[in-house]
Amino acid sequence: MPKINKDSTLNITLVGIGLCLLCSAIISFIAIQLRSVQENNVVLDMQKKIVSSAGLEKIYGSVENAMSNIKTLIIDLDKGEIVDINPESYELAKELREDGKYKFLSAEEDVASIKKREKYSKIYIEYKDNEINTLILPVRGYGLWGILYGYLAIEGDFNTVAGLEFYEHKETPGLGAEIDNPKWKALWKGKKIYQENGEVSLKVIKGSVLKSSNNFNYEIDGLSGATLTCNGVSNLIAYWMGNDGFLNFINNLQKIDV
Amino acid sequence: MSKYSEILFRPVFKENPIALQMLGICSALAVTSKLYPTLIMCVALTVTVSLSNFFISMIRNITPSNIRIIVQMTIISSLVILVDQALKAYDYETSKTLSVFVGLIITNCIVMGRAEAFAMQNPPGVSFLDGFGNGLGYSVILIILGTIRELFGTGTILEYEIFPLVQNGGWYVPNNFFLLPPVSFILIGLIIWALRAWQKDQIEEPEFKMSQNSPEVVPNPPPTPSSKVAS
Repeated sequence: MPKINKDSTLNITLVGIGLCLLCSAIISFIAIQLRSVQENNVVLDMQKKIVSSAGLEKIYGSVENAMSNIKTLIIDLDKGEIVDINPESYELAKELREDGKYKFLSAEEDVASIKKREKYSKIYIEYKDNEINTLILPVRGYGLWGILYGYLAIEGDFNTVAGLEFYEHKETPGLGAEIDNPKWKALWKGKKIYQENGEVSLKVIKGSVLKSSNNFNYEIDGLSGATLTCNGVSNLIAYWMGNDGFLNFINNLQKIDV
Repeated sequence: MSKYSEILFRPVFKENPIALQMLGICSALAVTSKLYPTLIMCVALTVTVSLSNFFISMIRNITPSNIRIIVQMTIISSLVILVDQALKAYDYETSKTLSVFVGLIITNCIVMGRAEAFAMQNPPGVSFLDGFGNGLGYSVILIILGTIRELFGTGTILEYEIFPLVQNGGWYVPNNFFLLPPVSFILIGLIIWALRAWQKDQIEEPEFKMSQNSPEVVPNPPPTPSSKVAS
């Protein structure tokens, strides 16, 4: 075998092109092979968050069982009506890019500092004996370092909180990121959202909620060292439970059966 | 000790990539707050460095010397992408925790360093062993860090409760400082100290020494850079 001159221009070109082709071929092959598994993981992960926001995985035993009792719907936020759009194709990030599918919020409207609000929202309803047992709503709002994305689960009376779960945020570990702490999340269960006059009163306060407080049912203990994150959580509840958020839909739900 | 076990085990204590060569410290700070992601990171790095050494060594005789770094990087990054894809498919939770740090194995100095220092001169078999040994060396330090940080930071090891926490009715108040990256610096420092107290030949010659503080000798002050500029 003749010895190749490995520093010749020909060899440099051949090795360069050959290696790149080989590596890219292998990577593409493996990536395509694994894609379905990966996409499945992402879906499962999201389902887990949805189900755990309402604490349903304990009731049903597994995420799959819980999901089989959950119906996914797309609603029009302004009209508060269910619209006939395939939930599979819905993606929040895409909605917020397409003209006409979102609206800009003015400074007074934008309580949760999210700048844009989508026209359609994807919500989840858990049925038990053909009645709405839990309503799971996507909420988001600005915390300290970025937008908090989460799900708020509401019981069938459309007033009692079943749970709150954030699936994406950039808060400081140990301080703001304690919004993921199971003990803190457990405080939400059973709290009420609306006062008798329909005003959204649920909020995170500074310090601990006293048992004797008049607003005991409407207040959540603050996280120490995370005042701005807590304000962000209060704001997002106020926004999404208000007129601009899901209030229209909730009012309609009380009138009709889905 | 045979030549092969020498190649395999020398990087674990004698020439540890983190403790002696001071390579790959960045990821050692970032991923060690919990033991489980640490273990996954160790496996990911060991696989990458072993296989990259193997493949780079295989084509070392036809690799043109003026594009060898590019060739090495291509192979290393392909391997890292594969590891990252596999992790996303089979351990999605951990891949979210490790986030960018798996991708950053590409820039981990251990991988590139072993390719350039060992794999370019040696046949594939021993290069593979060398890579595996260095992966082990990296893993040993990371596992020590991960164990200590998780134990004192959250009172658990691999999520199994060792110290019962005060919040759960126990006695241990978790030390959140152990969950922050700087603590790894301190721990790595202590490990290096312990290692050099045991193996004295790892101690480096000091590059500078404190001068004796004697009042009689007043050395001429060297010209300051600003005065040079002025002239």
